[in-house]
Amino acid sequence: MYAPVTHILALTAIVRERTLPVPGQVVVRQGQQVRAADVIAEAKLPGRHVLLDVARTLGVSPAAADRLIRCQVNEIVKAGTVVAQGGNGLFPRSVRVPREGRVVAVGGGQVLLEIGERSLELRAGIPGTVMEVIPERGAVIQTAGALIQGVWGNGRVDTGLMLSLVEGQDAVLDASQMDVSLRGSILLGGHCQDAGVLEAAAELPVRGLILASIVPTLLPVARQMPYPIIVLDGFGRLPMNAAAYKLLTTNSKREVTLNAESYNRYTGQRPEIVIPLPISQEPLEPRDVETFAPDQRVRLRRAPHAGAIATLIDISPRPVTLPNGLRALAGKVRLENGEQILVPLVNLEVVG
Amino acid sequence: MPASPVEGNSLLAVDVGAVTTRAALFDVVEGQYRFIAAGRSPTTAEAPLRDIGIGIQEAIRDLQKITGHTFLDPDGRPIVPSQADGSGVDVLVATLSVGPAVRAIAIGLLSEVSASSARRLAETAGARIVETISLNDARRPEERMDAILRARPQLVLIAGGSDQGATRALERLTEIVGLASYLIPEEERPAVLFAGNRSLGKEVKATLQPLASHFTVCPNVRPVADTEDLIPAARELARLVPRIRGKQFKGITELEAWAGGHLMTSAYARGRIIRFLSKIYAGSGKGVLGVDVGASATTIAAAFDGDLALSAYPQFGIGDGLPGLLRHTDVESIRRWLPMELPASAVRDLLYQKSLYPGTLPATKEDLALEQAIAREVLSLALRRARPHFPRSLPRRKGQFLPPFEPILVGGSVIAHAPTFGQRLLMALDSLQPMGVTTLILDQNALLPMLGAAAEVTSILPVHVLESGAFVNMATVVSLTGPAVHGATVLTARLVRDDGSESRADVKSGSLEVLPLPSGQTARLHLRPRRRTDVGAGPGRGLTVQVVGGVLGVVIDARGRPLTLPGDPVRRRELMKKWLWTLGG
Repeated sequence: MYAPVTHILALTAIVRERTLPVPGQVVVRQGQQVRAADVIAEAKLPGRHVLLDVARTLGVSPAAADRLIRCQVNEIVKAGTVVAQGGNGLFPRSVRVPREGRVVAVGGGQVLLEIGERSLELRAGIPGTVMEVIPERGAVIQTAGALIQGVWGNGRVDTGLMLSLVEGQDAVLDASQMDVSLRGSILLGGHCQDAGVLEAAAELPVRGLILASIVPTLLPVARQMPYPIIVLDGFGRLPMNAAAYKLLTTNSKREVTLNAESYNRYTGQRPEIVIPLPISQEPLEPRDVETFAPDQRVRLRRAPHAGAIATLIDISPRPVTLPNGLRALAGKVRLENGEQILVPLVNLEVVG
Repeated sequence: MPASPVEGNSLLAVDVGAVTTRAALFDVVEGQYRFIAAGRSPTTAEAPLRDIGIGIQEAIRDLQKITGHTFLDPDGRPIVPSQADGSGVDVLVATLSVGPAVRAIAIGLLSEVSASSARRLAETAGARIVETISLNDARRPEERMDAILRARPQLVLIAGGSDQGATRALERLTEIVGLASYLIPEEERPAVLFAGNRSLGKEVKATLQPLASHFTVCPNVRPVADTEDLIPAARELARLVPRIRGKQFKGITELEAWAGGHLMTSAYARGRIIRFLSKIYAGSGKGVLGVDVGASATTIAAAFDGDLALSAYPQFGIGDGLPGLLRHTDVESIRRWLPMELPASAVRDLLYQKSLYPGTLPATKEDLALEQAIAREVLSLALRRARPHFPRSLPRRKGQFLPPFEPILVGGSVIAHAPTFGQRLLMALDSLQPMGVTTLILDQNALLPMLGAAAEVTSILPVHVLESGAFVNMATVVSLTGPAVHGATVLTARLVRDDGSESRADVKSGSLEVLPLPSGQTARLHLRPRRRTDVGAGPGRGLTVQVVGGVLGVVIDARGRPLTLPGDPVRRRELMKKWLWTLGG
């Protein structure tokens, strides 16, 4: 059975394709070094549109109006520009552009203008080297280092020195811990259950916040924070999983990048923490596709022991009956404390 | 397994759900179509695989292991038709419900008439309406166009104009769609389904087909102004949605080819069978109801004498959309169904945590109770939302009571795979709250959509399978209504089995009572209500009916309608445990 995979790796090649949702302009070149917050591509998105009904304004048929229209598609027209003039009355009437814009369509006796573009900037998301430019869309960026994937992010990106505020996997972050000495850093916290923590961090300000878990009622506040927030293990009071805890605490005081993208199960996009590390040899990319097999390191996705890291010992060939009466294909896992329990296979993910 | 006695009869049905992909084999045994076995595998639409074909192959391999037969060639393609060596199947059909809800725009002349019909049409396919455009909204044409662009629709549904009615107004609306599509990059253009004034079909096609990813004209959903007929358009939409999905996931095009074009949405296929059953049961004075609680949507299909109302609600799915449930209800409304004390935060945490991992299972008693409470709530909400659209011809009861249905088919893993039949039946009764005498049937193998797809190629297969033991009769349920003091005797029930044995019960208000009657056995049930209690024949009027036993026999539900749970949580939990215990735990 195919196994979902979460990457929590001390050293790996990290290759990410970053692309605009619409065609635009790529502003980096192959081989260029980029930082996570650097813009690598830009696109213009249309603002709004204005439809000039030339036929109606001039009192003529659409076909006649088309012959009177003086502008062309893609032409930039200033406010006040006359785009058509004519009509059947004593005095010719004019159709003027109300605001500066770009002509996007002409026909049927009408002119469609695009007014007020918006810019869309695509950031690198990870620090690294541009390996490939994807024309009009973006780039493939590669780096090497530690990679820790989370489950929720508030959409922001930043890089900074990581400082640990946790003493134990089940630490709870408190606003009183937000000291001025933490200003400008990325904080490694535990569980967050107080909006005051997030607000205090914004006031310092910090460059980012890594949480083990968060109460769901704080998500609207977290989305508004100006710094990236990544949640590693989920919602409710969950301890940080042992693999992430060990990796992050041992890398305290290193520069880390938080790309707090939202989790999209269909594209594979996930919030990620990247800790660039010096390498003597290019590491391999991690495997994204696994099947369950004994001796794998796994994480439990549901209670009991939600978030715990364990070792898969074996897989039952047939469905077993769980303590609550449900029947499911299960794996026997050994928790870090040595306890062995049966867990539905669908409640496991491979960590690697 | 013996070779089919009649050539050209084996059928493989594939259903690709949001969480699970199933492959079910049907074949002729002793002259009758039978459900033989099903294989299953997690659906592989998500990253990194993003190819539903992998999950389909795994499900079929599982089926191969179970049956000992070969259905895939060395390249992993289904073998169709069956071969001389016994490998393969004669026909393959497929349904799917995988993927996030399709983003749809409803366009109509008037928001409360044709645009409303377009919205209802979207509901038959579980699409999510992200914008509605009509002539009577106050926006200027370019503002409507900008609204379409902002919505980034995958599907545009255009309704409006009765078949001999106005054309110019609808033309103006389609022009706006055309302009918006013109501005959208070609690879992102929406599919367009036109279900409006028939006389405009060719013109709309000429305008929009070059600007749409797919374009379909189908019968008007409002052929005359005061008549709504969604089903012909729903049929076309059921085929269009998989093509939209084809841009999102690999494997859809191949699946459609393997199925010889017989690929449709699971919701529509389910609705077909419910509609078919309603024709079989025509004359009973009751409709047929089918409900399914799934990860991607909760589906309600109600039919009466061939008239179907179909609604698939993605907002009431129990998968990755769960956090959104709190826009439609509150934590306390879910908590009231819990048989144990759990804090409100536990409900909220599970809604969010389960949305991260929709395919996971509850492994603790608490999580199981939480998921079953959520299932009750989503099914109640979906039913409440669907009821105003039930077939007009369906007999109604006074007040907000459920119209008469017989039978009621219930599906969805959270119900079908609950540990006990007591839990399964109680979830159905608590959320649906039927009245009178009805039979609750469990679709434990998730066959209904498969039968709906199979009906496209063989009308006899669904008939045979429905009559076989593939569906489980959970119980014949008699639901009482009427004023009564809690604990007062409201009914005397006497069950006389064919072997002459009898069971009697004096049923008290607020209770559940079980009269044993093994599955498939028939008996006569004599109901003598007290005072104003109604068993479905009118207040105080007795009833004698022929009943068929289910797994739980005959169940009398005297808990009242609407079901009102005690406000005191301790008392409420005790009562719920008692009810479950009555049904066997």
